[in-house]
Amino acid sequence: MTTDDRIIAIIADQAMLEPGDITLDASLADLGIDSLGLVECIFAIEEAFDIAVPFNANDPTASAFDISSVGAIILAVKQLQSEQAG
Amino acid sequence: MARVVITGAGTINPLGTDVPATFAAMRDGKCGIGPLEIPDVDRLAIQIGGQIKGYDEADHFNRQQIALYDRFTQFTLLAARQAIGQSGLTFTGSLADQSGVIFGTSGGGLNTQDENYRAVYEEGKNRVHPFIVPKLMNNAAASHVSMEWNLRGPTFTVATACASSNHAMGQAFNMIRCGMTKVMITGGSEAMLCFGGIKAWEGLRVMSKDACRPFSATRNGMVQGEGAGVFVFEDYDHARARGADILCEVIGFAMTSDASDIVMPSKQGAARAIAGAVRDAGVPLDAVGYINAHGTGTAANDKTECAAVADVFGAHADKLMISSTKSMHGHLIGGTGAVELLACIMALRDGVIAPTIGYEEPDPECALDVVPNVARDATIDVALSNAFAFGGLNAVIALRRFS
Repeated sequence: MTTDDRIIAIIADQAMLEPGDITLDASLADLGIDSLGLVECIFAIEEAFDIAVPFNANDPTASAFDISSVGAIILAVKQLQSEQAG
Repeated sequence: MARVVITGAGTINPLGTDVPATFAAMRDGKCGIGPLEIPDVDRLAIQIGGQIKGYDEADHFNRQQIALYDRFTQFTLLAARQAIGQSGLTFTGSLADQSGVIFGTSGGGLNTQDENYRAVYEEGKNRVHPFIVPKLMNNAAASHVSMEWNLRGPTFTVATACASSNHAMGQAFNMIRCGMTKVMITGGSEAMLCFGGIKAWEGLRVMSKDACRPFSATRNGMVQGEGAGVFVFEDYDHARARGADILCEVIGFAMTSDASDIVMPSKQGAARAIAGAVRDAGVPLDAVGYINAHGTGTAANDKTECAAVADVFGAHADKLMISSTKSMHGHLIGGTGAVELLACIMALRDGVIAPTIGYEEPDPECALDVVPNVARDATIDVALSNAFAFGGLNAVIALRRFS
């Protein structure tokens, strides 16, 4: 499974949707994922890719990690993977 | 002051997954204590407990719920569903605002703590699931019941070790009695049968390796159990107006502190709580026909408790019945008073006194009618339920048959 597919699978699982229903321009709110669901997504991503995601639930938009859409999250994860590789 | 009645009861405990099954097991003197089935049990010196066997959380809750519900919360929700269902109440409008939840627990989400300490310390993981805190907190069960049934009044959790449930139910009783609320969901829950939970208790050297035999000269300690008991306490006029089926009346409550020792029980502290509950109930001492004992099966508790009962009741102590159902379901710690209240309800409503099983040999220091081994039919007007906690905190509830 590609990185994109794995992240979409995590988000779909949290949203209780099929991966095919997840579009890259959708925000997590569009998919019905609330703030607790977002924290669970980030935990699942950290576990899946063994990375540390800089995210503070007090002010999610202030984090370097862009969560504005599914596509943005995928890009941010890839960037973290390259930064934290090795 | 308002009268308070019980209009719903629910439970899951080692004797059964609902109230009828529990009553049947108590009537038959069944033992719910057996070999523990938990990880690393081979490293425990104590390998028995009152464990709820055949329980699979996935049968009752979805994955998202399980992420938030520790085992003690799961037990509470299952018991609450039965109790509230039996009461026939739905909580909307002003009734929702005048109804709350008070539960007792001692360890709260101890399994969640145990599993996650294991993950970070033993397995070396550096990350835990985001919901560990809301899952392990002691008020999680009360909050989830409040959320599930829209109970918007006073809601909190009481943690007074082995007296937690009785203290919780005492608060619920007094809130309705003084007119503060109309309905309270109350009781307690415990799920401490994990490696860390048992290992900590082992340290005290008060646990039995083979059985819980309260009041028997051969007793050699307590056995832990797990589960929940939940009740609907309701203002009598409110219950009568809607034609509710009333299980029994709650008529008195007292609590005392020994103010003496952190683990050793005190006869005076227990006696003051027992006498206080009867006085609060406004009934004569000889109206009490049955006491569900704290009866842990330890040397210290049982003789102290019997001495306290003898002191309070004088000659009537030889006429009343006192049994410990911990011999069957084990000691549910913070949830124990709630499950034991069921034995009082069975005595009052069905006229069946649950026995003290495992009784082998009389102990002159426990020379009361402990209803050894076999249940007994009897008509009882008033029953007491004792709980005496580590920390010297005592809480006794008085119930009356409703007719």
